[in-house]
Amino acid sequence: MSYHNPYTPPRKSATFDDYTLAEIRRAAATGIYDIRGAGTKRKVPHFDDLLFLGASISRYPLEGYREKCDTSVVLGARHAKKPIVLKTPITIAGMSFGALSGNAKEALGRGATIAGTSTTTGDGGMTDEERGHSQTLVYQYLPSRYGMNPRDLRRADAIEIVVGQGAKPGGGGMLLGQKISDRVANMRNLPKGIDQRSACRHPDWTGPDDLEIKIMELREITDWEKPIYVKVGGARPYYDTALAVKAGADVVVLDGMQGGTAATQDVFIENVGMPTLACIRPAVQALQDLGMHRKVQLIISGGIRSGADVAKALALGADAVAIGTAALVAIGDNDPHWEEEYQKLGTTAGAYDDWHEGKDPAGITTQDPELSQRLDPVTAGRRLANYLKVMTLEAQTIARACGKNHLHNLEPEDLVALTIEASAMAQVPLAGTSWIPGKGGF
Amino acid sequence: MDVSVKRESLEAMRVFDLAKMPLRELNSALHAIAPGTNDTNFEVVNPRGSHAVAVGIDQPVTVEVRGSVGYYCAGMNDGGTVTVHGSAGPGVAENMMSGTVVIEGDASQYAGATGRGGLLVIKGNAASRCGISMKGIDIVVQGNIGHMSAFMGQSGHLVVLGNAGDALGDSLYEAKLFVRGEVKSLGADCIQKEMKPKHLKLLAELLEKAGITGVAPEEFKRYGSARTLYNFNIDNADAY
Repeated sequence: MSYHNPYTPPRKSATFDDYTLAEIRRAAATGIYDIRGAGTKRKVPHFDDLLFLGASISRYPLEGYREKCDTSVVLGARHAKKPIVLKTPITIAGMSFGALSGNAKEALGRGATIAGTSTTTGDGGMTDEERGHSQTLVYQYLPSRYGMNPRDLRRADAIEIVVGQGAKPGGGGMLLGQKISDRVANMRNLPKGIDQRSACRHPDWTGPDDLEIKIMELREITDWEKPIYVKVGGARPYYDTALAVKAGADVVVLDGMQGGTAATQDVFIENVGMPTLACIRPAVQALQDLGMHRKVQLIISGGIRSGADVAKALALGADAVAIGTAALVAIGDNDPHWEEEYQKLGTTAGAYDDWHEGKDPAGITTQDPELSQRLDPVTAGRRLANYLKVMTLEAQTIARACGKNHLHNLEPEDLVALTIEASAMAQVPLAGTSWIPGKGGF
Repeated sequence: MDVSVKRESLEAMRVFDLAKMPLRELNSALHAIAPGTNDTNFEVVNPRGSHAVAVGIDQPVTVEVRGSVGYYCAGMNDGGTVTVHGSAGPGVAENMMSGTVVIEGDASQYAGATGRGGLLVIKGNAASRCGISMKGIDIVVQGNIGHMSAFMGQSGHLVVLGNAGDALGDSLYEAKLFVRGEVKSLGADCIQKEMKPKHLKLLAELLEKAGITGVAPEEFKRYGSARTLYNFNIDNADAY
C-alpha cells in the first residue's frame, strides 16, 4: 500500500513574521536602522481596555443637553501669577516648526484657539505666525534650545521644560537635512541642509536638584508669571512625577509610548518606554503621596483619540490631556484623499510615517513650499476645532452618565477593566469582579 | 579693588544687598528698567552664591556683583554688562543674546551654554562643557577649560589662553575654537585647522574685545569641524 503525505499548508513563523523578515532584509540591504515618525504601532493595553460603569440605583446621572457638566481646567496655579485657564482639558501637544510646515502650525493654533485650549511649540522655537494665531501658547524649553530666547519666553503663556517624550524616553532627535529650509536653518543657527541633532539631555543641568534651580531661573526671567510644566516620557512615572514636583513644577506632562515623534529609530519607538495606561496611576499616586494632586496638574498624552479616552484619563486622575497624532489626523494627515500619492511613496493612507523625509502629500510634515500650500490653515484649523469640540462633548456625555457635573469628578471607581493587564495597569477591577491584580480582592 | 572707592565713584548706582533682600527684588528691578532711562547702574553685594543673579536683563544696564554667585548668573542676558567680582557657578551667561559678562574668578560647568551672542570673559578657569551647544556667543577664557567643551557648538568663538581638556569640540558644527595651550584630546569630528590671516585678524579682535594684551594671535591653534558627521552616514557609526 502506498502512502501519500496529506497536504500541509506552508507555515510562517510567529517569531519571524513577514514584517520581521522584511525588516531583516531591509537592514541587510541598507545598513541602517529604520527611522520613522509617530508612536508605537504595536498593540499595548490601552484605554480601549477600560469601560465606564455609568449610573445605577446607587448613583444618578445628569441630564444630557440640560444639566451642566463643566470641562474647564486651570493649569499652573501652584506658583505662577498668571495660570492658564482652558475651556476644555484637551490641549495640543508640542510639535515643532521644522517637523511641521508653517501652515500646519498655524492650523493647530487656530483650531486650539477656537476650541478654547492651548497649543505648544516644539524643537525649533516659536514663530510669529504661531504666536499670532494661538490665544494660549505653551513654549517648549528643550535640550537643543533651538530658537530659545527671552523675548519668546516672555510672550509665551506657559513654559514646558521637556525632559523626554513617550516615543523615545532617553532619546534625542534628528531633523534630516532635506527638511532644513532657509528659515528653519536660521531659527536653529545652523547651516542649511545638514542634519540637525536634537540633544537627548539638557546642556546646563542634570538631575532634579539642578532642575529646581533651572525652574527658579526661568521663573525669575519671566517674573514668576508663567506656569512651568515639566514633560517626561513614560518611563518611571512615580519617581519622575515626584521629582518634577519637588523641583517646583506647576504642571507635569506625562507622555506614554503611543505618543508620536517627528522622527526616531523604529527600534526605539517600539521598545523603550511604557504604555500610557501604565503611567497614569503611578503618577497620580506620586501626586497624592505628596499632597499635590489637583495642586500640581497632570497632563496625560500618548494615544488619546476620543472623548472616551479623555474621560478615562481624567477618571484615572489626570487633570488634562494632550493630543498630537490625533490633531494631525484631524487637519488632514494620512487622509485617503491623497492615496494615489501615498502609493507612490510606497505606503498607504493610514500607514504613512516617513514624516522626517519631508514629502508629506498632505502638506503637514514638510517644508516643501508646494506641498505646504496644500494645507489651508483656516479650513484645517476649523477641522481641528470641530474635532476638539466633539471630543469634549463625548467626554461630557460619559461624565453625565456617571453623574458628574465636572469632568474632574470622574474617578477610578467609575471604571472597570476588560483585561487582567489593563486591570493591573489602571488599578481598576476586572469587569464583573472586585479583583485588581496586585491589590487583592477576588 | 577697594569696594568703598568704587562705590563713591558711582554714586548713582543702586545697591542690592542679597543678605537683606530677596533675589526677586533685584531681578524685578532689572526687568523694570525702561528703554532709554539713565538709571542703569546696579551693584549687588553679599551674593553668597545665590542662583539666578541678574537673569533676563533686556536693557543696557551695568551690574557689578561683589562676590561669588551660584547657577545661571546673567542667564539670557540681552544687552547688559555684568561683572562678577568672584567666581560663578554652573551655567553662567547661559543662552546670552547680547551684552558682556565678565567673571573675575573661575567659572563652573556649562559656562556660556547655548549662548547666541555677546561676550563672556572668564579671567580664571572654566570647568567642563564650557560653551556647550554655543550658538553665536564669543567666549574668552584666560585660564584652562575642562572636558567636552564646545560640545555640539553651532556658531560663535571659544578662545582659550590656557589648556583644553578631553574631547574638545565633540560633534562640533560651525563654532570656531582657538586654544593657546595644550589640547588633551579632540572630540568626534573636531580637527585642527589652518590659521589663516583672516583667523588671526578675527582672533586679535576677540582678544582686544576681551581686554587681553600681551598675547599674540599667532600663539594659538585653530580647531573646527571636519564636517564629516553633518549628514548621517552609516559608515561613520564608529565615530560615536
